[in-house]
Amino acid sequence: MAAKDYESTRYSGLAQIDRANVSTLTVAFTFPTGVQKGHEAAPIVAGDTMFVVTPFPNILYALDLARGGAVKWKFEPSPSASSQGVACCDVVNRGAAYADGRVFFNTLDNQTIAVDAASGRELWRVHTGDIRNGETLTMAPLVVKGNVLVGNSGGELGVRGWLSAYDAISGALVWRAYSTGPDRDVLIGPAFKPYYAFDRGTDLGVKSWPGEAWKIGGGNVWGWISYDPELDLIYYGTANPGPWNPDQRPGDNKWTSGLFARDPATGQAHWFYQLSPHDLHDYDGVNENLLVDLTIGGATRKVLVHPDRNGYIYVMDRASGQVISATPFVPITTSTGVDLETGRLRYAPDKTPKPGRVVHDICPGSPGAKDWQPSAWSPRTQLVYIPHQNICQDAITSQVSYIAGTPYVGATLKMRPGSGGNRGLFTAWDPANSRKAWSIKEDLPVWSGALATAGDLVFYGTMDGWFKAVDARDGKLLWQYRTTSGIIGQPISYRGPDGKQYIAVLSGVGGWAGAIVSGDLDSRDSSAAGGFVGVMSDLKARTKKGGTLYVFALP
Amino acid sequence: MCSRCPDAARRVGGVVLAFALFVAISAGVWARDLRVCADQDNLPYSSRSEPGFENRIASLVATELKADLSYVWVSPLRGYVNKTLEARMCDVLVGWPREAEDVLTTRPYYTSEYRFVYRVDRVGEIISFDDPRLRNLTVGVPVVGDDLAATPPGHALAQRGIADHVVGFAPFGVEPPQARILALLQSGDLDVAVLWGPQASWVARRLGPAYATHEARDDAHDGAISAFPIAVAVRLGETALRDEIDQALERARPAIERVLDDYGVPRVQGKR
Repeated sequence: MAAKDYESTRYSGLAQIDRANVSTLTVAFTFPTGVQKGHEAAPIVAGDTMFVVTPFPNILYALDLARGGAVKWKFEPSPSASSQGVACCDVVNRGAAYADGRVFFNTLDNQTIAVDAASGRELWRVHTGDIRNGETLTMAPLVVKGNVLVGNSGGELGVRGWLSAYDAISGALVWRAYSTGPDRDVLIGPAFKPYYAFDRGTDLGVKSWPGEAWKIGGGNVWGWISYDPELDLIYYGTANPGPWNPDQRPGDNKWTSGLFARDPATGQAHWFYQLSPHDLHDYDGVNENLLVDLTIGGATRKVLVHPDRNGYIYVMDRASGQVISATPFVPITTSTGVDLETGRLRYAPDKTPKPGRVVHDICPGSPGAKDWQPSAWSPRTQLVYIPHQNICQDAITSQVSYIAGTPYVGATLKMRPGSGGNRGLFTAWDPANSRKAWSIKEDLPVWSGALATAGDLVFYGTMDGWFKAVDARDGKLLWQYRTTSGIIGQPISYRGPDGKQYIAVLSGVGGWAGAIVSGDLDSRDSSAAGGFVGVMSDLKARTKKGGTLYVFALP
Repeated sequence: MCSRCPDAARRVGGVVLAFALFVAISAGVWARDLRVCADQDNLPYSSRSEPGFENRIASLVATELKADLSYVWVSPLRGYVNKTLEARMCDVLVGWPREAEDVLTTRPYYTSEYRFVYRVDRVGEIISFDDPRLRNLTVGVPVVGDDLAATPPGHALAQRGIADHVVGFAPFGVEPPQARILALLQSGDLDVAVLWGPQASWVARRLGPAYATHEARDDAHDGAISAFPIAVAVRLGETALRDEIDQALERARPAIERVLDDYGVPRVQGKR
């Protein structure tokens, strides 16, 4: 799986590569994917084979690790070309999943496909949604107890969010849990016991919306899923509400911008916590949930650590859904804190976007304090390693158009670097004590995932192509290598057939932040890439597009 | 059958370049080309099967420029300007707001406003967003996306707290939003729609005499949010082409007015 384990730690127990020898790390092999778009996927390794799924057209490669990465087979799903026009933020794919001799992955045009890992033969494919309505799939599936879990993208276009479970053997739909609508659609039943009062009630997925706005309400599930086998619960976040402006959708807009805990076999919800009720700033709640055990106040707590787009890092009791702490990990102007009694985020009224009004210094900006790029956890240092951005924005109302002929009033979002002037940060966070351990300033947003290893190293990439290894204890740079394109992929570590430790990452700039280079930027005068392009105008001169797998090892 | 949705280009056949289908390459009478990006199913603006008023205006401009007109049919998609004009797929977009910042626009060739469309025997007459009945009627409005962009009537309704019976119509779907709204007005599922002028008159004409359309007054804002000047757009920096089109629009002025009349495009008096 993309996140290494069900707990989503991205921690490798391999320690051959360590702080003393990492400076000799060298390229073992490379593999060009032949695709020019943003490569956000994690390579996954099963046995002697590595599986790599590319951005659109979503080619799945099987590479033979016993033969220097030679292509074993290649599977081309041929997704509909038009799905590229629908995707919001480049045509990315965040990776495949492996279970019991099968590889599962999603295509941009809403297909979930199972392929035989040995032969590359297609086993089944299902059409999960409809691109005609603006729906796409970009997330990495997760296989839990024989179910392939998949969630959709497209809320900004009025696509209603869901998470679905498909039978790994047959591809049959086992359950689908919507993020809006009546309880029966959301799979809310007797087991549902949210910790806070504001998340309790019947059919809140209807009642917390005006009229039938929930039918096009968003709350998509395009991020990460974690699983606790002991509690037998999966955890995932829902995206922001849409497509209306905040003032046209009064109410909390359940169950958007929040976290669900569900039974993986039935989909039944156990708890929900709304991170950003009635979201105002495009703060999706889809970021990763790291499941770890922490010693807090002398007691060991089973917690979930969730660094959110809204700027807080949440430490929650993952059995009950109680927020133990919610601490800003970046400067925040859009809210003044999280009320731990009621659980509610306290918004700052002066930063509420309103048509006809210029709002300055919205921090964090629409991409959030941190977007999709997943963190890592090291049990050795007890730190969470967070790749993220440092971007604020001003919102200015202006005329825009979307369909030829029809004028709209939109907001031009002018993004700019946050305090310090650097657009990116790589932060090591101590969740037990709710404090920063250390932080590295990066000029560009850190849009790659993080990897921690038992060699006390942490790996991440930069958007101008540097792949870096830093000391897990103090963040000291120990090794770096310049790849041919910016890195927005997820680094992994594995033991090769020869017994050696390898580090692998996909290079290939793009994604929302890098769309200016990969080409499919969204020019609407809005919070989409149009807004991001303004703060990334130097990227074109600093890197070029194109996907390549890099695999590193000690000499 | 979805003729305008994103995957239609594949089914139509022929050469597919990304999501666009190049068709209607004309015979090549003139030495220069005028390449226009347009939606193939978005009447009354543009259509492959029968000309919309923007198709007619593009023809008039091409004639004035002594250029061969060709279309690149691109359905609505995110980042339209970057994926069409900036990707050099075409050189011109017809029917773009004069004030748009991501393109260079000509002088406007018409100014219209948002209008109510309703069935007279059900609701009588509706002329203002401040009509209290709007709180209880089912109102259809186009929506755009969630990143603070909205149609002006969406804003006008929201400012008054009118939300409970408002139905949003997203740009994607099997048919364009104005066609979906038309069907629901006809069936009675919608009491009122608020549509951009050309769409409002197109819908009202098809619904027949039982329906009426009226300028949507925003008395709280002097009607200011409701009217927009519409122009032809070229890439930023292409001032020479923009100036040529400006002159062509001026020369074709009487013919353009006739086209707008033919399609019943409501114009704000004294404004272009």
